[in-house]
Amino acid sequence: MGLEAGSLILSVAMAVAAGLVGCFAVMRRLTLAADAISHVALPGIGIALVLRTQPMAGALAMLLIGTTLIWALESHTKMPTETIVGVVFSVALAIGSMTTSGEQLVEALFGGAGSLTTWEFALGMVGAGVVIAFILEARNRLIVALVSPEIAMTSGINVSRLNLVYLLTFALTVALGLRYLGVLLMGSLIIIPAATAKRLARDLNGMLVISVIVAVASTLLGTYAAGRFHGETGPFIITVAGVLFLLSLLA
Amino acid sequence: MKNYQVNSNNADNANILEVENLSVHFAALEVFRGLSFTVPRGSSLAVIGPNGSGKTVLFKALIGSIPSKGRIRWAPGTRLGYVPQKLDLERDLPVSGRDLLRAKAAVSKSSEDAVTTALEQVEFDELSLSVPIGAMSGGQFQRLLLAFALIGEPNVLLLDEPAAGIDEPGQEKLNIMIQRLQEEKGVTVLLISHDLSVVYRYATAVLCLSRTHTWFGAPQTVLNPEMLQQLYGAPTRFHIHDGP
Repeated sequence: MGLEAGSLILSVAMAVAAGLVGCFAVMRRLTLAADAISHVALPGIGIALVLRTQPMAGALAMLLIGTTLIWALESHTKMPTETIVGVVFSVALAIGSMTTSGEQLVEALFGGAGSLTTWEFALGMVGAGVVIAFILEARNRLIVALVSPEIAMTSGINVSRLNLVYLLTFALTVALGLRYLGVLLMGSLIIIPAATAKRLARDLNGMLVISVIVAVASTLLGTYAAGRFHGETGPFIITVAGVLFLLSLLA
Repeated sequence: MKNYQVNSNNADNANILEVENLSVHFAALEVFRGLSFTVPRGSSLAVIGPNGSGKTVLFKALIGSIPSKGRIRWAPGTRLGYVPQKLDLERDLPVSGRDLLRAKAAVSKSSEDAVTTALEQVEFDELSLSVPIGAMSGGQFQRLLLAFALIGEPNVLLLDEPAAGIDEPGQEKLNIMIQRLQEEKGVTVLLISHDLSVVYRYATAVLCLSRTHTWFGAPQTVLNPEMLQQLYGAPTRFHIHDGP
Protein backbone atom coordinates (compact mmCIF):
# COMPACT_ATOMS: atom_id res chain seq x y z
CA MET A 1 0.00 0.00 0.00
CA GLY A 2 1.40 3.37 -0.98
CA LEU A 3 1.70 6.25 1.41
CA GLU A 4 -0.90 8.21 -0.48
CA ALA A 5 -3.47 5.39 -0.31
CA GLY A 6 -2.76 4.93 3.39
CA SER A 7 -3.19 8.62 3.97
CA LEU A 8 -6.53 8.61 2.13
CA ILE A 9 -7.82 5.56 4.03
CA LEU A 10 -6.86 7.18 7.33
CA SER A 11 -8.57 10.44 6.44
CA VAL A 12 -11.79 8.57 5.56
CA ALA A 13 -11.66 6.68 8.89
CA MET A 14 -11.15 10.02 10.65
CA ALA A 15 -14.11 11.51 8.79
CA VAL A 16 -16.39 8.61 9.80
CA ALA A 17 -15.36 9.08 13.44
CA ALA A 18 -15.90 12.86 13.22
CA GLY A 19 -19.33 12.42 11.60
CA LEU A 20 -20.49 10.07 14.36
CA VAL A 21 -19.09 12.01 17.33
CA GLY A 22 -20.45 15.28 15.94
CA CYS A 23 -24.07 14.05 15.96
CA PHE A 24 -24.18 13.93 19.73
CA ALA A 25 -22.23 17.18 20.14
CA VAL A 26 -24.77 18.97 17.94
CA MET A 27 -27.79 17.36 19.60
CA ARG A 28 -26.41 18.19 23.05
CA ARG A 29 -25.93 21.82 21.97
CA LEU A 30 -22.21 21.51 22.56
CA THR A 31 -21.26 23.01 19.22
CA LEU A 32 -19.36 25.97 20.59
CA ALA A 33 -17.87 23.85 23.34
CA ALA A 34 -16.87 21.21 20.81
CA ASP A 35 -15.08 23.71 18.63
CA ALA A 36 -13.32 25.19 21.61
CA ILE A 37 -12.19 21.85 23.07
CA SER A 38 -10.04 21.32 19.99
CA HIS A 39 -7.99 24.40 20.90
CA VAL A 40 -6.87 22.71 24.10
CA ALA A 41 -4.48 20.76 21.86
CA LEU A 42 -2.40 23.89 21.23
CA PRO A 43 -0.41 24.07 24.47
CA GLY A 44 0.21 20.32 24.14
CA ILE A 45 1.78 20.83 20.72
CA GLY A 46 3.82 23.75 22.07
CA ILE A 47 5.11 21.85 25.08
CA ALA A 48 5.94 18.80 22.92
CA LEU A 49 7.96 21.04 20.55
CA VAL A 50 9.85 22.57 23.48
CA LEU A 51 10.59 19.07 24.80
CA ARG A 52 11.53 17.93 21.26
CA THR A 53 9.03 15.11 21.29
CA GLN A 54 6.12 14.16 18.97
CA PRO A 55 3.69 17.12 18.68
CA MET A 56 0.76 14.73 18.22
CA ALA A 57 1.55 12.95 21.49
CA GLY A 58 1.62 16.30 23.27
CA ALA A 59 -1.65 17.33 21.64
CA LEU A 60 -3.40 14.10 22.59
CA ALA A 61 -2.13 14.23 26.18
CA MET A 62 -3.26 17.85 26.60
CA LEU A 63 -6.64 17.14 24.99
CA LEU A 64 -7.29 14.27 27.37
CA ILE A 65 -6.15 16.30 30.40
CA GLY A 66 -8.11 19.38 29.30
CA THR A 67 -11.27 17.37 28.67
CA THR A 68 -11.06 15.64 32.04
CA LEU A 69 -10.56 19.06 33.64
CA ILE A 70 -13.63 20.44 31.85
CA TRP A 71 -15.69 17.44 32.96
CA ALA A 72 -14.47 17.70 36.57
CA LEU A 73 -15.21 21.45 36.75
CA GLU A 74 -18.63 20.87 35.23
CA SER A 75 -19.55 18.09 37.68
CA HIS A 76 -18.18 20.07 40.61
CA THR A 77 -19.58 23.53 39.91
CA LYS A 78 -22.72 22.55 37.92
CA MET A 79 -21.93 25.47 35.60
CA PRO A 80 -22.89 25.06 31.94
CA THR A 81 -20.29 23.19 29.86
CA GLU A 82 -20.10 26.12 27.45
CA THR A 83 -18.98 28.52 30.18
CA ILE A 84 -16.31 26.19 31.50
CA VAL A 85 -15.03 25.31 28.05
CA GLY A 86 -14.90 29.03 27.26
CA VAL A 87 -12.57 29.61 30.21
CA VAL A 88 -10.37 26.55 29.64
CA PHE A 89 -10.22 27.29 25.91
CA SER A 90 -9.01 30.88 26.32
CA VAL A 91 -6.35 29.87 28.82
CA ALA A 92 -5.24 27.01 26.56
CA LEU A 93 -5.00 29.33 23.56
CA ALA A 94 -2.96 31.82 25.60
CA ILE A 95 -0.53 29.17 26.84
CA GLY A 96 -0.44 27.64 23.36
CA SER A 97 0.56 30.85 21.64
CA MET A 98 3.25 31.47 24.28
CA THR A 99 4.84 28.08 23.66
CA THR A 100 4.60 27.84 19.86
CA SER A 101 6.35 29.95 17.23
CA GLY A 102 4.41 31.70 14.47
CA GLU A 103 4.98 29.11 11.77
CA GLN A 104 4.34 26.19 14.08
CA LEU A 105 1.21 27.91 15.32
CA VAL A 106 -0.19 28.26 11.82
CA GLU A 107 0.51 24.59 11.11
CA ALA A 108 -1.09 23.56 14.42
CA LEU A 109 -4.16 25.67 13.71
CA PHE A 110 -4.71 24.73 10.09
CA GLY A 111 -2.85 21.44 9.66
CA GLY A 112 -0.08 20.78 7.26
CA ALA A 113 1.15 18.19 4.80
CA GLY A 114 3.73 15.74 6.05
CA SER A 115 4.76 12.20 5.41
CA LEU A 116 2.82 9.47 7.12
CA THR A 117 4.76 6.74 8.89
CA THR A 118 3.40 3.19 9.21
CA TRP A 119 3.12 3.74 12.94
CA GLU A 120 1.09 6.90 12.54
CA PHE A 121 -1.19 5.08 10.11
CA ALA A 122 -1.70 2.17 12.50
CA LEU A 123 -2.32 4.37 15.55
CA GLY A 124 -4.71 6.59 13.59
CA MET A 125 -6.73 3.59 12.41
CA VAL A 126 -6.89 2.18 15.95
CA GLY A 127 -8.00 5.58 17.30
CA ALA A 128 -10.72 5.96 14.66
CA GLY A 129 -11.84 2.38 15.35
CA VAL A 130 -12.14 3.10 19.08
CA VAL A 131 -14.21 6.25 18.46
CA ILE A 132 -16.55 4.56 15.96
CA ALA A 133 -17.02 1.48 18.18
CA PHE A 134 -17.79 3.63 21.24
CA ILE A 135 -20.41 5.77 19.52
CA LEU A 136 -22.17 2.78 17.97
CA GLU A 137 -22.09 0.86 21.26
CA ALA A 138 -23.13 3.79 23.47
CA ARG A 139 -25.66 5.40 21.14
CA ASN A 140 -28.68 4.19 23.13
CA ARG A 141 -27.28 5.43 26.44
CA LEU A 142 -26.25 8.71 24.82
CA ILE A 143 -29.74 9.25 23.42
CA VAL A 144 -31.49 8.59 26.74
CA ALA A 145 -29.05 10.85 28.64
CA LEU A 146 -29.53 13.55 26.01
CA VAL A 147 -33.32 13.52 26.36
CA SER A 148 -33.17 13.60 30.17
CA PRO A 149 -30.29 12.88 32.56
CA GLU A 150 -32.89 11.94 35.18
CA ILE A 151 -34.64 9.24 33.17
CA ALA A 152 -31.18 8.03 32.19
CA MET A 153 -30.19 7.69 35.85
CA THR A 154 -33.35 5.78 36.70
CA SER A 155 -32.67 3.53 33.69
CA GLY A 156 -29.40 2.47 35.33
CA ILE A 157 -27.08 4.69 33.25
CA ASN A 158 -24.09 6.28 34.98
CA VAL A 159 -24.61 9.67 33.34
CA SER A 160 -21.52 11.35 34.77
CA ARG A 161 -19.21 8.56 33.57
CA LEU A 162 -20.94 8.48 30.18
CA ASN A 163 -20.35 12.23 29.80
CA LEU A 164 -16.67 11.83 30.62
CA VAL A 165 -16.17 8.97 28.17
CA TYR A 166 -18.04 10.91 25.48
CA LEU A 167 -15.88 14.01 25.97
CA LEU A 168 -12.70 11.87 25.91
CA THR A 169 -13.90 10.26 22.69
CA PHE A 170 -14.46 13.74 21.32
CA ALA A 171 -10.92 14.75 22.32
CA LEU A 172 -9.51 11.62 20.67
CA THR A 173 -11.39 12.47 17.45
CA VAL A 174 -9.90 15.97 17.47
CA ALA A 175 -6.42 14.49 17.95
CA LEU A 176 -6.99 12.16 14.99
CA GLY A 177 -7.67 15.03 12.64
CA LEU A 178 -4.97 17.43 13.82
CA ARG A 179 -2.34 16.52 11.27
CA TYR A 180 -4.69 16.97 8.29
CA LEU A 181 -6.92 19.75 9.43
CA GLY A 182 -5.29 21.40 12.40
CA VAL A 183 -6.90 22.56 15.58
CA LEU A 184 -9.27 25.10 14.03
CA LEU A 185 -10.59 23.01 11.20
CA MET A 186 -11.00 19.65 12.96
CA GLY A 187 -13.66 21.12 15.24
CA SER A 188 -15.48 22.17 12.08
CA LEU A 189 -15.32 18.70 10.51
CA ILE A 190 -16.97 17.36 13.67
CA ILE A 191 -19.70 20.00 13.78
CA ILE A 192 -20.62 20.93 10.18
CA PRO A 193 -21.58 17.45 8.86
CA ALA A 194 -23.62 16.75 12.01
CA ALA A 195 -25.36 20.13 11.74
CA THR A 196 -26.18 19.31 8.11
CA ALA A 197 -27.53 15.91 9.12
CA LYS A 198 -29.65 17.41 11.90
CA ARG A 199 -31.43 19.57 9.34
CA LEU A 200 -32.16 16.65 7.04
CA ALA A 201 -32.79 13.65 9.31
CA ARG A 202 -35.98 12.71 11.15
CA ASP A 203 -34.56 9.94 13.30
CA LEU A 204 -31.29 8.91 14.88
CA ASN A 205 -30.16 6.42 12.23
CA GLY A 206 -30.85 8.98 9.52
CA MET A 207 -28.76 11.54 11.36
CA LEU A 208 -25.79 9.22 11.92
CA VAL A 209 -25.79 8.02 8.30
CA ILE A 210 -26.15 11.49 6.72
CA SER A 211 -23.50 12.97 9.01
CA VAL A 212 -20.98 10.25 8.08
CA ILE A 213 -21.75 10.65 4.36
CA VAL A 214 -21.26 14.44 4.51
CA ALA A 215 -18.01 14.10 6.50
CA VAL A 216 -16.55 11.48 4.15
CA ALA A 217 -17.71 13.30 1.00
CA SER A 218 -16.20 16.57 2.26
CA THR A 219 -12.90 14.82 3.02
CA LEU A 220 -12.67 13.06 -0.35
CA LEU A 221 -13.80 16.03 -2.45
CA GLY A 222 -11.67 18.44 -0.41
CA THR A 223 -8.57 16.25 -0.77
CA TYR A 224 -9.18 15.95 -4.51
CA ALA A 225 -9.68 19.69 -4.94
CA ALA A 226 -6.59 20.49 -2.85
CA GLY A 227 -4.54 18.21 -5.10
CA ARG A 228 -5.94 19.82 -8.22
CA PHE A 229 -5.45 23.38 -7.10
CA HIS A 230 -2.19 22.67 -5.22
CA GLY A 231 -3.55 24.01 -1.93
CA GLU A 232 -3.64 22.83 1.68
CA THR A 233 -6.10 19.97 2.26
CA GLY A 234 -7.79 21.23 5.46
CA PRO A 235 -9.33 24.46 4.20
CA PHE A 236 -10.64 22.70 1.08
CA ILE A 237 -12.29 19.96 3.16
CA ILE A 238 -14.05 22.47 5.41
CA THR A 239 -15.12 24.61 2.44
CA VAL A 240 -16.79 21.58 0.86
CA ALA A 241 -18.49 20.76 4.18
CA GLY A 242 -19.70 24.35 4.43
CA VAL A 243 -21.14 24.23 0.90
CA LEU A 244 -22.98 20.97 1.71
CA PHE A 245 -24.40 22.60 4.84
CA LEU A 246 -25.63 25.58 2.82
CA LEU A 247 -27.23 23.20 0.32
CA SER A 248 -29.05 21.45 3.20
CA LEU A 249 -30.69 24.77 4.06
CA LEU A 250 -32.43 24.63 0.69
CA ALA A 251 -33.98 21.22 1.46
CA MET B 1 -32.01 -3.18 33.96
CA LYS B 2 -29.46 -2.34 36.60
CA ASN B 3 -31.03 -2.37 40.02
CA TYR B 4 -31.39 1.08 41.42
CA GLN B 5 -30.14 1.37 44.97
CA VAL B 6 -29.41 4.26 47.27
CA ASN B 7 -28.06 3.02 50.61
CA SER B 8 -30.31 0.01 50.33
CA ASN B 9 -28.56 -2.23 52.86
CA ASN B 10 -30.94 -1.91 55.75
CA ALA B 11 -34.28 -1.24 54.09
CA ASP B 12 -37.10 -3.16 55.65
CA ASN B 13 -38.43 -5.71 53.18
CA ALA B 14 -42.04 -4.63 53.74
CA ASN B 15 -41.13 -1.08 52.78
CA ILE B 16 -39.75 -0.40 49.33
CA LEU B 17 -38.65 3.07 50.41
CA GLU B 18 -37.68 4.59 53.73
CA VAL B 19 -36.85 8.26 54.03
CA GLU B 20 -35.47 9.73 57.26
CA ASN B 21 -34.77 13.34 58.05
CA LEU B 22 -34.33 14.35 54.41
CA SER B 23 -33.28 17.92 53.64
CA VAL B 24 -32.49 19.67 50.38
CA HIS B 25 -30.80 23.05 50.05
CA PHE B 26 -29.97 25.09 46.97
CA ALA B 27 -27.22 27.43 48.17
CA ALA B 28 -28.94 29.50 50.90
CA LEU B 29 -32.44 28.38 49.94
CA GLU B 30 -33.89 25.54 52.00
CA VAL B 31 -36.42 23.63 49.90
CA PHE B 32 -37.52 21.30 52.72
CA ARG B 33 -36.08 19.95 55.93
CA GLY B 34 -36.49 16.92 58.18
CA LEU B 35 -38.76 14.97 55.87
CA SER B 36 -39.49 11.39 57.04
CA PHE B 37 -41.87 8.85 55.54
CA THR B 38 -42.06 5.21 54.45
CA VAL B 39 -43.61 3.65 51.37
CA PRO B 40 -44.83 0.04 51.73
CA ARG B 41 -44.45 -2.27 48.71
CA GLY B 42 -47.38 -2.11 46.31
CA SER B 43 -48.85 1.03 47.88
CA SER B 44 -49.38 4.40 46.25
CA LEU B 45 -48.10 7.61 47.77
CA ALA B 46 -49.46 10.91 46.50
CA VAL B 47 -47.31 14.00 46.96
CA ILE B 48 -49.30 17.24 46.97
CA GLY B 49 -48.59 20.86 47.78
CA PRO B 50 -48.60 24.32 46.25
CA ASN B 51 -46.21 25.34 43.47
CA GLY B 52 -42.66 25.77 44.74
CA SER B 53 -43.14 23.50 47.74
CA GLY B 54 -40.46 21.08 46.52
CA LYS B 55 -42.45 18.15 45.13
CA THR B 56 -40.30 17.73 42.01
CA VAL B 57 -37.16 18.42 44.05
CA LEU B 58 -38.17 15.58 46.39
CA PHE B 59 -38.43 13.18 43.43
CA LYS B 60 -35.05 14.30 42.12
CA ALA B 61 -33.51 13.72 45.54
CA LEU B 62 -35.12 10.27 45.69
CA ILE B 63 -33.58 9.22 42.37
CA GLY B 64 -30.22 10.70 43.42
CA SER B 65 -29.96 13.36 40.72
CA ILE B 66 -29.53 16.23 43.22
CA PRO B 67 -27.57 16.20 46.49
CA SER B 68 -29.55 15.84 49.72
CA LYS B 69 -28.94 15.29 53.41
CA GLY B 70 -30.58 12.54 55.46
CA ARG B 71 -31.26 8.94 54.53
CA ILE B 72 -32.95 7.51 51.46
CA ARG B 73 -33.20 3.73 51.51
CA TRP B 74 -34.60 1.88 48.53
CA ALA B 75 -35.14 -1.86 49.10
CA PRO B 76 -32.70 -4.15 47.24
CA GLY B 77 -33.95 -5.04 43.77
CA THR B 78 -35.79 -1.75 43.28
CA ARG B 79 -36.22 -0.85 39.60
CA LEU B 80 -37.41 2.69 39.03
CA GLY B 81 -39.54 4.04 36.23
CA TYR B 82 -39.56 7.85 36.28
CA VAL B 83 -41.84 10.17 34.32
CA PRO B 84 -40.55 13.75 34.63
CA GLN B 85 -42.88 16.72 34.60
CA LYS B 86 -41.65 18.38 31.44
CA LEU B 87 -38.59 18.28 29.28
CA ASP B 88 -36.95 21.05 27.35
CA LEU B 89 -36.48 19.56 23.89
CA GLU B 90 -35.64 21.18 20.58
CA ARG B 91 -38.46 20.75 18.09
CA ASP B 92 -36.12 19.59 15.33
CA LEU B 93 -34.20 17.04 17.40
CA PRO B 94 -33.86 14.07 15.01
CA VAL B 95 -34.85 11.47 17.59
CA SER B 96 -38.12 9.63 16.99
CA GLY B 97 -40.37 8.03 19.58
CA ARG B 98 -39.20 4.67 18.27
CA ASP B 99 -35.54 5.66 18.80
CA LEU B 100 -36.22 6.57 22.42
CA LEU B 101 -38.17 3.42 23.28
CA ARG B 102 -35.69 1.15 21.50
CA ALA B 103 -32.89 2.86 23.39
CA LYS B 104 -34.63 2.10 26.68
CA ALA B 105 -35.22 -1.52 25.66
CA ALA B 106 -31.52 -1.88 24.81
CA VAL B 107 -30.34 -0.17 28.00
CA SER B 108 -32.67 -2.26 30.19
CA LYS B 109 -31.87 -5.43 28.18
CA SER B 110 -35.54 -5.89 27.35
CA SER B 111 -36.87 -7.37 24.10
CA GLU B 112 -38.64 -5.53 21.28
CA ASP B 113 -41.84 -7.11 22.65
CA ALA B 114 -41.44 -5.01 25.79
CA VAL B 115 -41.74 -1.91 23.58
CA THR B 116 -44.97 -3.21 22.00
CA THR B 117 -46.43 -4.12 25.40
CA ALA B 118 -45.60 -0.71 26.87
CA LEU B 119 -47.17 1.04 23.86
CA GLU B 120 -50.36 -1.00 24.31
CA GLN B 121 -50.45 -0.21 28.02
CA VAL B 122 -50.37 3.55 27.45
CA GLU B 123 -52.47 3.32 24.25
CA PHE B 124 -49.87 5.03 22.11
CA ASP B 125 -50.60 5.00 18.40
CA GLU B 126 -47.82 3.05 16.63
CA LEU B 127 -48.02 5.32 13.60
CA SER B 128 -46.96 8.32 15.70
CA LEU B 129 -43.77 6.54 16.74
CA SER B 130 -41.83 7.89 13.78
CA VAL B 131 -42.60 11.51 14.75
CA PRO B 132 -39.56 13.36 16.18
CA ILE B 133 -40.06 13.62 19.95
CA GLY B 134 -39.68 17.42 19.96
CA ALA B 135 -42.56 17.72 17.49
CA MET B 136 -45.02 15.56 19.48
CA SER B 137 -47.98 17.13 21.24
CA GLY B 138 -47.81 17.41 25.04
CA GLY B 139 -50.18 14.50 25.55
CA GLN B 140 -48.44 12.29 23.00
CA PHE B 141 -45.04 12.92 24.55
CA GLN B 142 -46.37 12.29 28.05
CA ARG B 143 -47.69 8.89 26.93
CA LEU B 144 -44.34 8.16 25.30
CA LEU B 145 -42.51 8.95 28.55
CA LEU B 146 -44.87 6.65 30.40
CA ALA B 147 -44.20 3.87 27.89
CA PHE B 148 -40.48 4.56 28.33
CA ALA B 149 -40.83 4.21 32.11
CA LEU B 150 -42.73 0.92 31.78
CA ILE B 151 -40.07 -0.81 29.66
CA GLY B 152 -37.72 -2.85 31.85
CA GLU B 153 -40.46 -3.97 34.27
CA PRO B 154 -40.06 -1.32 36.97
CA ASN B 155 -41.45 -2.17 40.41
CA VAL B 156 -41.63 1.49 41.43
CA LEU B 157 -43.12 4.27 39.29
CA LEU B 158 -42.33 7.89 40.10
CA LEU B 159 -44.85 10.00 38.23
CA ASP B 160 -44.49 13.79 38.27
CA GLU B 161 -47.89 15.07 37.20
CA PRO B 162 -48.32 12.35 34.59
CA ALA B 163 -51.73 13.61 33.50
CA ALA B 164 -50.44 17.07 32.56
CA GLY B 165 -51.22 17.73 28.90
CA ILE B 166 -53.44 14.66 28.54
CA ASP B 167 -57.15 15.18 27.76
CA GLU B 168 -59.73 14.25 30.36
CA PRO B 169 -60.79 10.83 29.00
CA GLY B 170 -57.07 10.09 28.63
CA GLN B 171 -56.46 11.06 32.26
CA GLU B 172 -59.12 8.64 33.45
CA LYS B 173 -57.60 5.85 31.33
CA LEU B 174 -54.20 6.70 32.75
CA ASN B 175 -55.46 6.41 36.32
CA ILE B 176 -57.07 3.06 35.53
CA MET B 177 -53.87 1.83 33.86
CA ILE B 178 -51.77 2.78 36.89
CA GLN B 179 -54.22 1.03 39.18
CA ARG B 180 -54.15 -2.09 36.99
CA LEU B 181 -50.35 -2.17 37.11
CA GLN B 182 -50.54 -2.03 40.87
CA GLU B 183 -53.07 -4.84 41.11
CA GLU B 184 -51.51 -7.14 38.53
CA LYS B 185 -47.81 -6.56 39.10
CA GLY B 186 -47.66 -5.11 42.59
CA VAL B 187 -46.00 -1.94 41.33
CA THR B 188 -45.48 0.79 43.93
CA VAL B 189 -46.52 4.26 42.76
CA LEU B 190 -45.24 7.65 43.90
CA LEU B 191 -47.35 10.32 42.29
CA ILE B 192 -47.20 14.11 42.25
CA SER B 193 -50.65 15.43 41.48
CA HIS B 194 -52.72 18.58 41.75
CA ASP B 195 -55.97 16.67 41.30
CA LEU B 196 -57.14 16.08 44.86
CA SER B 197 -60.07 13.87 43.84
CA VAL B 198 -57.63 11.53 42.08
CA VAL B 199 -55.42 11.56 45.16
CA TYR B 200 -58.40 10.74 47.37
CA ARG B 201 -59.52 7.86 45.19
CA TYR B 202 -56.23 6.19 44.30
CA ALA B 203 -53.62 6.99 46.96
CA THR B 204 -53.04 4.85 50.02
CA ALA B 205 -50.99 7.61 51.66
CA VAL B 206 -50.53 11.33 51.13
CA LEU B 207 -47.50 13.50 51.71
CA CYS B 208 -48.32 17.21 51.78
CA LEU B 209 -45.46 19.63 51.34
CA SER B 210 -45.59 23.32 52.06
CA ARG B 211 -42.97 25.91 52.89
CA THR B 212 -43.75 25.67 56.60
CA HIS B 213 -45.26 22.25 57.34
CA THR B 214 -45.38 18.71 56.10
CA TRP B 215 -48.17 16.23 56.69
CA PHE B 216 -48.03 12.49 56.03
CA GLY B 217 -50.82 9.96 56.50
CA ALA B 218 -53.88 8.30 54.95
CA PRO B 219 -55.87 10.51 52.55
CA GLN B 220 -58.96 10.35 54.77
CA THR B 221 -57.10 11.83 57.72
CA VAL B 222 -54.75 14.23 55.93
CA LEU B 223 -57.07 15.70 53.31
CA ASN B 224 -59.36 17.68 55.59
CA PRO B 225 -60.52 21.27 55.02
CA GLU B 226 -58.29 22.75 57.75
CA MET B 227 -55.15 21.16 56.44
CA LEU B 228 -55.96 22.18 52.85
CA GLN B 229 -56.62 25.72 53.98
CA GLN B 230 -53.20 25.79 55.65
CA LEU B 231 -51.51 24.09 52.70
CA TYR B 232 -52.87 26.22 49.88
CA GLY B 233 -53.68 29.33 51.92
CA ALA B 234 -57.23 29.39 50.55
CA PRO B 235 -60.34 27.27 51.01
CA THR B 236 -60.01 24.27 48.70
CA ARG B 237 -62.85 22.04 47.67
CA PHE B 238 -62.78 18.80 45.82
CA HIS B 239 -65.41 16.31 44.91
CA ILE B 240 -65.18 12.93 46.61
CA HIS B 241 -66.52 10.10 44.46
CA ASP B 242 -68.29 7.19 46.09
CA GLY B 243 -66.04 4.25 45.33
CA PRO B 244 -63.60 3.96 42.43
